[in-house]
Amino acid sequence: MQEGAILEMRGISKFFPGVKALQNVDFTLRAGEIHALMGENGAGKSTLIKCLTGVYPKDEGEIYMAGHDKAVSIRSPQDAQNIGISTVYQEITLCPNLTVAENMYIGRTKGNLANWRKMNQGAGKILRDLGIPALPNQQLSSCSIAVQQMVAIARAVDMDCKVLILDEPTSSLDEQEVQKLFGLMRDLKAKGVGIIFVTHFLEQVYEVCDRITVLRDGQLVGEYVIEDMPRVLLVSKMLGKDLDDMADIKSESGTAADMSGTPVLEAQDLCSNAGIKPFDFSIHKGEVNGFTGLLGSGRSECVRAIFGADRVTGGSVKMDGKDVKIHKPLDAMKSGIGYLPEDRKGDGIVGDLSVRENIILALQVMKGFFRPFSRAQAEKFADEYIKRLEIKTASSDTPINSLSGGNQQKCIVARWLLTDPKYLILDEPTRGIDIGTKIEIQKLVLQLAAEGKSVTFISSEIDEMLRTCSRLIVMRDRKAVGELSGEDLTQSKIMATIAGGDTQ
Amino acid sequence: MKEKRSDESFFRRLTRHQLFIPVAALLALVLFNLIADPSFFSISLKENSLGNPVLSGNIISVLDNASELVLLAIGMTLVTASSGGQDISVGATMAIAGSVILRLVCGGQVSADTMQAPLFLAVLAGIVVTMAFGAFNGALVAYFKIQPMVATLIMFTAGRSIAAWINNNQLPFINDVAFKYAGTFLPGIPVPTPVFITLFMILVFWLVLKFTNLGLYTQAVGINANSSRLNGLDPKKIKLLTYVILGACVAIAGFIRVSRSGSINYSRIAENIEMDAILAVALGGNSLGGGKFNVYGSILGAYVIQFLTTTLYKYNVPSTALPAYKAVVVILLVVLSAPVVREKLSRMKKSSAKAAKEVA
Amino acid sequence: MPKEIAVDKQGRLAGRPAMSDTNMLLTITVLVFFVMYIAAVVFLGGGFSKPQSFLNILNNNASLIVLSCGMSIVMITGGIDISVGAVTGLVCMNCAVHLELQGGSIITALLLGLGIGLAFGIVQGFLVAHLGIQPFIVSLAGMFFAKGMTTIVSKEPVRVTGESFLAIKNIRVTVPGLGSNNKLGQYVPAYVEVGVLIALAVVVILFCVLRWTKLGRSFYAVGGNNQSANMLGINVRRTKFLAHVLCGLLAGLGGILYFLHVGSGDVANGAGDEMNAIASSIIGGTLLTGGVGNIVGTFFGVLSLNTIKRIVSTLGFDEAWWSNITVAAMICLFLIIQSIILMRKNKK
Repeated sequence: MQEGAILEMRGISKFFPGVKALQNVDFTLRAGEIHALMGENGAGKSTLIKCLTGVYPKDEGEIYMAGHDKAVSIRSPQDAQNIGISTVYQEITLCPNLTVAENMYIGRTKGNLANWRKMNQGAGKILRDLGIPALPNQQLSSCSIAVQQMVAIARAVDMDCKVLILDEPTSSLDEQEVQKLFGLMRDLKAKGVGIIFVTHFLEQVYEVCDRITVLRDGQLVGEYVIEDMPRVLLVSKMLGKDLDDMADIKSESGTAADMSGTPVLEAQDLCSNAGIKPFDFSIHKGEVNGFTGLLGSGRSECVRAIFGADRVTGGSVKMDGKDVKIHKPLDAMKSGIGYLPEDRKGDGIVGDLSVRENIILALQVMKGFFRPFSRAQAEKFADEYIKRLEIKTASSDTPINSLSGGNQQKCIVARWLLTDPKYLILDEPTRGIDIGTKIEIQKLVLQLAAEGKSVTFISSEIDEMLRTCSRLIVMRDRKAVGELSGEDLTQSKIMATIAGGDTQ
Repeated sequence: MKEKRSDESFFRRLTRHQLFIPVAALLALVLFNLIADPSFFSISLKENSLGNPVLSGNIISVLDNASELVLLAIGMTLVTASSGGQDISVGATMAIAGSVILRLVCGGQVSADTMQAPLFLAVLAGIVVTMAFGAFNGALVAYFKIQPMVATLIMFTAGRSIAAWINNNQLPFINDVAFKYAGTFLPGIPVPTPVFITLFMILVFWLVLKFTNLGLYTQAVGINANSSRLNGLDPKKIKLLTYVILGACVAIAGFIRVSRSGSINYSRIAENIEMDAILAVALGGNSLGGGKFNVYGSILGAYVIQFLTTTLYKYNVPSTALPAYKAVVVILLVVLSAPVVREKLSRMKKSSAKAAKEVA
Repeated sequence: MPKEIAVDKQGRLAGRPAMSDTNMLLTITVLVFFVMYIAAVVFLGGGFSKPQSFLNILNNNASLIVLSCGMSIVMITGGIDISVGAVTGLVCMNCAVHLELQGGSIITALLLGLGIGLAFGIVQGFLVAHLGIQPFIVSLAGMFFAKGMTTIVSKEPVRVTGESFLAIKNIRVTVPGLGSNNKLGQYVPAYVEVGVLIALAVVVILFCVLRWTKLGRSFYAVGGNNQSANMLGINVRRTKFLAHVLCGLLAGLGGILYFLHVGSGDVANGAGDEMNAIASSIIGGTLLTGGVGNIVGTFFGVLSLNTIKRIVSTLGFDEAWWSNITVAAMICLFLIIQSIILMRKNKK
């Protein structure tokens, strides 16, 4: 093993029927290092992690840990835990019906009896040390997602792990919580723990990591020290091509927005039972605008209110100057609005249904219960969009959940394009998607605007929004606090508006 | 070499097809009877009690007696698909349907010699009542988000009591021959009427599935209710609809059942039929957890269950011991279709194929 | 959005956590039972005010208590076992036949009964946990099988007349301090049967197991979130397997207690008891979805179920049919209450 390394994976390969998920991948982790594992979807990141943690058996290769002479055999999550590898997954892998303390200790105690007092005391200490706002005897499901995640990390930390794997830990955390997490990570780093940080967030990688390993199409591209790796170079390594087109997207199509006419949609004092303060909103023909703000600031809630996805509790909506009542999604759809939801898996795709059925679903509902599309008609629609958006699928009959994330997203986009909406809302259309598809979607947005449609685009990555939107509504704490357009559309001005006034 | 591989994949595709299990089970039963005693399949023309020539034989018996089960299986498939759970009250609700119908044709008396109300109206009343109870179940499941098996536990417990209450605890019976046509034979037609009714209902469902979006909506709601809602559907209404449809199926099944005898016994009528109905859905290759469905699989499953029952009767298995045999068959089928077992079997096949290659 | 716990100025956590789901449902169950019983005593007097009537609920339902506990455990892990009623009948019949027609001893009858229950539990547990088959189908088959086997053992009812058995059956354990005057004015102390003591012991033991042992806690973990429990290092298969084994064993024990109470084997014994056990569990606050439930609640669930039945018959309704309707209405009520409370809680 190399100097200072605590973990070395050599020549790891993993095959699934018809797919080479990993081919001869090496990975090295040093003690006291925060190491980012990056790659677009399908690169093999999660497969590599699952081989390391015993969820999948590897087909080839060896894993070496410091302190063990021979290669270690990891056959189950329990094995991984026993040799000092702890994992915290993106989906909360704790039991919501148990208490915080119990979640921290379950599966770890040696004896057969549960000592509640000891558990509560021990848990209380750890929670205080790490500054996690939860009580040991509180039921986990009554904590927010962010806190639940921190409890999961606290559990891992308490198990004296040598290797800590964090799989997309920051997706549901706001800025404060992310900093807390990074503080935790730096503490562990100082103690000599090696941390594998799997993430899509470029900024965060540059903030806290020491090294980066890049995978692409199941193979190792390289391992780099962070100082030697400027962002553009990193992205090009991940994609495998140069990215001049990324910078120049905007300039290709000018703004065709007709800002003088009646707004396509105008909402006043709109509020819903999701807890956002009443807000005003308007969008014009051919315009692309967006909502920005910290996670939890209410961006998604705003567009859901516009679409009627949440129960609207007040306000009025006008489309093309006429009053419309939007109480449920079907009302919005009939008025010519389309909505691509933030949670692709939970709200977007209907997993077991075919690609074709997913694409025609919205249009079919609009057409009515008694007017089903013929098979031929449905196939025609599906094939048209598979071609237009370059959706990679074996056929239009394949169940949509066997497609990659990016292609699934394209199907949802196809679904709404098929309804020929006047106004399309895209909520985080590029999250969890490989960079190639991200760019395609951004280009598509601008193309739609040029065709005279209105688009609202929400993304956590501000530069994406800067590239596509001509107007940004800034949200803070569930309240719209500002609107930026034209020259004000810069990173610094946006940050300032989000942060708010009193910086003196 | 190439041919072998395509053969293998054809076989694999065959076994993975949803209808494989019920078809295989049917073939197994047919084979068993052919070997054990081919006279099982004989059909003859006999005279019934009214002097009309009618077909009789084991196969006729299977087709005839499976009728109620087929109807229930159709409705149960929809309910399972949309709500991911089962309705265990169908037997009890059949009792209610039968009770309503008998009350109307007997005019509230204990017995009657001629029908006191037009049959059509009585059946319609039965349908309306059971659809109302179906709506009750559906509301608990869709609007109160109660698990289907638990929600229908209520009607399972109370249904037969309600049926008895409808007729003031008496056991009405009707002597009018015309009432029994639906459950036995129409004059001059040798095929039992329930067979026609069932075929008619299957046709109706085929038309409904073809000319409406019931299939697509039910599956979408069952697979992902959130996503369905954001596509403009109302999952609650669709779940409710499936329970109401099941209610209608139950009414017709209940009608056929009381029409066979012209009377009703509240605690015995359609006893345990709910279990058979759920079994039919599972045998049909449908997931009991909801989502995609194939109603023809369930229909086939219902006939398979009836075939099994008739076969066991032929071999003088007492009706009370019947459940034990059904249980063994069920377990066998379900174990064979369990993914873990399938994997092991296919691995064994591969290794034996490998061994064969090496020897050759 | 769930509430964040406030942190006060010194960084210490402020306030108390909200009640857990389990505790909340338990509170409702116990409250409802007491309200019902007290109301019955007050308004219907007579039969209810005698301590013996309360104890008779226990006497008549020792078997159901044990069955319901087993059912609750399986439900906590997220599964179900609808064969317990049929298994009870099978065990009862076998014990009766064994003692009366095969000249066995009481000890061997007991072992036979437990063995049958255990066998059902092991087979069903294996199919559910290791082959991944849905528990509903597996236990449905189990129920069919047990029902069929009962008639194969004996179609006719078998009454046990052996002296030693009758001696045990008729033991009355008096409860000190409780009693009432009978019609002749004599003081008759209140009593419970042997079966009740066994049932209560089972309740206490299971309560301890669920609260303080690793196995008990893993039942809750598996029911709360299957995959999480796996990631947390719990052997999910083993846990589910053991839950079914335990339920089967308790079904066997329930059958023995049933036999002890009625003294004969009959094909109708135990019929419908699985639904009573499920109903008791639900009334007691066990969720069919798993992860929530407790033995004390189930115990009160059994009490509530039977109290309601007695209230109905005391009120003069035709017992056979009306008690079913009232039980159904009670289940309906509890389900709706549970559903509303949990929907409210999770919205916050």
